[in-house]
Amino acid sequence: MKVSRRGFIKGVMATGATALGPTLVGKTSEAWAKGTVKVGILHSLSGTMAISEIPVKNAELMAIEEINAAGGVMGRRIEPVVVDGASDWPTFAQKARELITRDHVATVFGCWTSASRKAVKPVFERYNNLLWYPVQYEGNECSPNIIYTGACPNQQIEPAVSWLLKNKGKKFFLVGSDYVFPRTANAIIKGQLKAMGGTLVGEEYAPLGHMEFATIVNKIRQSGADVVFSTINGDSNVAFYKQYAAAGLTPEKAPIMAVSVAEVEVQGIGPQYCKGHYASWNYFETTKTPTNPKFVAEFKKRYGHSQVTDDPIEHGYLNVYLWKLAAEKARSFHPPKVRAVVGKVSFDAPQGKVHVDPANQNMYQVVRIGEITGSGMFREVWKTDGLVKPEPYSPYISDMMCDWARGGLVKR
Amino acid sequence: MATVAAAVPVPRAARGAPLLLAALALALAAAAPLYLSQTPLNLLGQFLALAILAIGLDLIWGYAGILSLGQGVFFGIGGYLMAMYLKMQGLQPGQLPDFMTWSGVTSLPLVWHPFESFPLTLLLVFTLPALFAYAFGALVFRSRIRGVYFSIMTQALAVAVSTLFVDQQQLTGGSSGLTGFQSILGHSFYANATQIAFYEVTVVVLAAVFAVAWYLTRSHFGVLLRAVRDGENRLRFFGYNPTVFKAFVFALAGLCAGLAGALYVPQNGIIAPGMLGVVPSIEMVIWVAVGGRGTIVGALIGALVVSYAKYYLSSAYPDFWLFLVGTLFVVVVLFFPRGLMGLAELAGRALRRRGPPSET
Amino acid sequence: MDAAAAVSQLFNGLSTASILLMMALGLAVIFGLMGVINMAHGELMTLGAYMAYSCQLLFAHLAPAAGGWSYLLALPLSFAVSALLGWAIEVALVRHLYGRPLETLLATWGLSLILQQSFREVFGSNNVFVSTPGALTGGVAIGSSIQLPYVRLFILALAALALVGVFLFLYRTRNGLMIRSVMQNRPMAASCGINTRRIDALTFAFGSGLAGLAGCALALIGSVGPTTGQNYIVDSFMVVVLGGVGQLLGTVVGAFSIGEAHALIEYFTSSTAAKVAVFTLIILFLQARPAGLFPSVSRALD
Repeated sequence: MKVSRRGFIKGVMATGATALGPTLVGKTSEAWAKGTVKVGILHSLSGTMAISEIPVKNAELMAIEEINAAGGVMGRRIEPVVVDGASDWPTFAQKARELITRDHVATVFGCWTSASRKAVKPVFERYNNLLWYPVQYEGNECSPNIIYTGACPNQQIEPAVSWLLKNKGKKFFLVGSDYVFPRTANAIIKGQLKAMGGTLVGEEYAPLGHMEFATIVNKIRQSGADVVFSTINGDSNVAFYKQYAAAGLTPEKAPIMAVSVAEVEVQGIGPQYCKGHYASWNYFETTKTPTNPKFVAEFKKRYGHSQVTDDPIEHGYLNVYLWKLAAEKARSFHPPKVRAVVGKVSFDAPQGKVHVDPANQNMYQVVRIGEITGSGMFREVWKTDGLVKPEPYSPYISDMMCDWARGGLVKR
Repeated sequence: MATVAAAVPVPRAARGAPLLLAALALALAAAAPLYLSQTPLNLLGQFLALAILAIGLDLIWGYAGILSLGQGVFFGIGGYLMAMYLKMQGLQPGQLPDFMTWSGVTSLPLVWHPFESFPLTLLLVFTLPALFAYAFGALVFRSRIRGVYFSIMTQALAVAVSTLFVDQQQLTGGSSGLTGFQSILGHSFYANATQIAFYEVTVVVLAAVFAVAWYLTRSHFGVLLRAVRDGENRLRFFGYNPTVFKAFVFALAGLCAGLAGALYVPQNGIIAPGMLGVVPSIEMVIWVAVGGRGTIVGALIGALVVSYAKYYLSSAYPDFWLFLVGTLFVVVVLFFPRGLMGLAELAGRALRRRGPPSET
Repeated sequence: MDAAAAVSQLFNGLSTASILLMMALGLAVIFGLMGVINMAHGELMTLGAYMAYSCQLLFAHLAPAAGGWSYLLALPLSFAVSALLGWAIEVALVRHLYGRPLETLLATWGLSLILQQSFREVFGSNNVFVSTPGALTGGVAIGSSIQLPYVRLFILALAALALVGVFLFLYRTRNGLMIRSVMQNRPMAASCGINTRRIDALTFAFGSGLAGLAGCALALIGSVGPTTGQNYIVDSFMVVVLGGVGQLLGTVVGAFSIGEAHALIEYFTSSTAAKVAVFTLIILFLQARPAGLFPSVSRALD
C-alpha cells in the first residue's frame, strides 16, 4: 500500500521536473522581426520599492507610447516587455537574464536601488546588453553595459555640500539609511568637509523602514549642528521629518538637505513637515524649460492629476529618448553599436538639453537646489551655470576614474 | 540505498518499487542538462538546492515538532560563506573585493582569509551553520523554551542577523549583498559547463541528504524525534537529555540549510541580507507544510512546487501572489494539515476502494 | 552624555516602550488565555493606524472646519474596528485550531499577508500620513536643550490609560473574572458553566482592539503603510517573552526594560547595534530566568 503512494509521489516529482521545461524555455521568436523592437522594463512593481519605481516605469512607458505614436524607431514599433523585480535583488538578476535570453530585448530600462543595479550588472556584462539606469547614485562603478543618467556624486551631493557651507553653516550632521548609497555619500561628504573647512559633528544610520528617530534626533539636537545632510530613503523619511519637527528643530535652526527626497516623497511625508528644508536634484516639477510643461501635463493626463513628476521619473523618460536617438544614429539596435554612439546624441529633456559623456557613460546635466514649499513643490534657490561633467569616481574618496577611451577603470 | 530500504518495514514484494522510483527520479534529475535549456536548468538547480533546506526543516518541524522561523539565517550563512569564496576568486594578489574598496577597507579582514582556500570553504559552509545552530539551540532549549516561544525566538534571530548583515557593509557588502562573481577553480563562473556542474553537484548532495534523512527517520533516531514532539518530558524521564538532542537536530537542520545556501548562491549569482530575514524564513515553512510535513518526500516536493509557483505567479500576477500565499498558509493549515502527501494518500485510497485504509 | 541628553533619552525610551506596551498587552492577554500567538497582530495595529487616516479623510470631505477633531474620533474607532476584525479572526480561524499553537501561528501569518495586500488594494501601496492635531504640535521645553514633544506625552498617557483599562477590565468586571478563571484552569472554568468560546472571542477582540489603539498612536509619529505593523511585531513578542505570561506587571516591566535598553544602547552605539544587543541580552537573561520576569506558576506537566 505504501508503495503505490510513494510511487505516485515520485511520479509527480518526476513529471514536475519535466513540466518545468517547456513552460520555462518559452518562445524564442526573433524579436526584431515583424516591424517591432522589444525593450525590457525592469522595475519593482511589488514590495517596498514599488512606490518609487512604478512612476518611473510609467514615465518610460509614456515615452515609448509617444515614440510609437510618432512613427517608432527606424520605422519599428517599440514593444515594451514589463517585468517585476519585486524589490528583491536576486529576482532582478533572474528577470534581467530572462529579458535578454528569452525575450531577446534590444535594451533594458530599469532598476532603482544600487543593490538591484549591482545584482543585474554581471548579467548585462555577460550578455553584452545595455541597461539605462535613471536614478542618482553613489558612483564607484564603471560598467560598459550600463548608461547611468542619474546624478553622480559631483552632480548632486558635492554641489549641495558646497552650497550649504557657503550659505548655512560649517557644522554638519550626516544621517542616512543603512545601505551602500548613504555610506558612500557620507564618505564623500566627510572628504569634502575636510578639504573645504567644514566640521563633522555626527554620523548616524538607521535600517531601511526604521520608524523611531527620537534617538537620532536627540543626538542631532545635542550636537549643535548647523545643517543636517540626509540620505534617508523611503518611508523612514516620514518618521524622520515628523519627529524632527516635534523635537522643536526647524529649518531656521538647522535645515535638512536631502538627496533622496523628491516631489513623490514630499507627498508621502506631508509638505507641512518638510516645508523650508532643501533637496538637491537635476530636475524639479517646477523647473522652467520649454519642454517641461508639456511633459508634466502629459504625465498628469495619463496617470492622474494628483500625480507629481520628479527627478527619477524625468530620467526614466529621457532614457528612452536617448536610446532611440542613439539607435537611430547607429542605424542598429545591436547594443554594442548603440553604446558606441551614445555620446554623439543629445536630447531636449524636460530638465533641459542633456547628453551622455562617452568616457564614463554618465550624463552631462545641470544641478539644482530647491527649497520645499507648502504645496509640496520645490522653489529653485540655486543652480549651476551650465551642464556639469559627470565624475562617477569622486576625487574625495578615490584615485580612480572611469574612461572607456583608456579601457575602463584607470588611475586618475 | 539498499540498506536504507531494508530498514523500512514494508512488505517483501513491495521493497523494490520505491527504490526503483527513487533511482528513476534521480536519473531524470541528473539527466536534466540533456533536455532542459540553460535558464530553466539553472532555475531547477536553485529549487533543488532549496529542497535540501526543506528536508532539514522537515526533520525538526515535521518529526520533532520544533518550528523554526529562522532557517533563512543558516541558509544565509552557508550562502555568504560560499559567496565570500567566489568573491575572492579572480582577484589579483593584494586586490580587495570591490565593495570593500568603496567601504574604505584597506586590507583584507581576518574573517575573509579562510575563503581564499576552496577546501576550507567547503568545510565551513556546512559546519559553521551547524555549529551556530547548535549554540543557539543549546542556549534556548536549555531555558526550556519551546513551542511558539521557540518559534518567536528564531524569528527574532532572523531579524537580528539580517540587520547585522546589512550593517556590517565593510564585511558583508551591506544590503546589496555579494554578487558579481567571476570564476571558480579557474573556470569562468557563468560558462555553461560551470553552471551544469553546479547543477549536478546539487543533485548529488540532495540525493545524499534525502537518503540520510530517509534512513534517520526510520531508525531509532526517528523514534526519538517523534518522542520529542509528542512528549518531551516523558523522554526526559526515560533518561534522555532532550536539550542536547533537540540542539543536535536543530544543528542538523542548520547544516542542511547551510548546504542549501552554499549550493543556491553559485546558481543564483547573488546573496543578499533580504534572503535571510523574517519573510523568506517563514516562506520556507510553507514549502514543508504544502508538501506534507513528517514525510521527507513531501518536503522535497513542497519546496519544488511552491518555489516554482512563486516564480511563475509572482511575476505574472504580482498583486495576486501575496493573497495566494496567504491563503495557502490558511487553507493548508486548516484543511490539509498533511499537505500534498496527505492528498495523494487520500487519492490513492479512493482509487483502490477495497480493503481497509492503510495506517501510516 | 550630559544631563539634558540623558533626560531626553530616558524619555525617548519611555515613549518607545509605551507603544510596545499597548501592542504587547493584547498579545500577552491572548497568549495567557489561549496559548496562541497571533501573527496578524501587527496588521491589526496597521488597521488602527489606517483608521486614523480614514477619519482624517472623512473630516476633510465632510467637515473641513473641524478637521483637527478627526483624531478624537479615530481613537475609539481604531479600537472598535480592530476589535471587530480580531473577533472575526478568532471565530473564523483561531477557534478551529485550538490546541495547535504552531498551526495557529502559521495560519495567522497567512492571514497577515492577506491583510497586508488588502491594505494595499484599499489604501494604495504608498505610505500615507496623518497630520498631528494642532493641540499636539510643539512640546514642553525644559531649559534650552530639552523638548518633550506633546505627541509623545500624549502617547505615554494613552498607554497608561490603556493599562488602567486592561487592569479594570480584568480585575473589576465580570467578564474579566471569567477570563482570569479560564486562564487558570480552562476545563474547570468550563465545567462551572463559563462559556469558554465566548470568553476566547471576547479576549481576542479586546487584545486586538489594543493593537488598533497602538496603531492609532503610532500614526502620530510615523507614516502608515501596508507593512507598518511588521516593524513592531517582533519587538512586541520579545516583550511577552521577557515579561512572562499571566501577569500584567510582567508585560509592563518587559516593555519598559526593552524600550529603555534600546534607547540607551542606541545613544551610545547605533540603531542596529541596539537591536542586536537587546536581542542578545534577552537570550542571556532567559538563561537565568527561563520563564521571564514574572512567570505564572503552574504545576501542570504534559
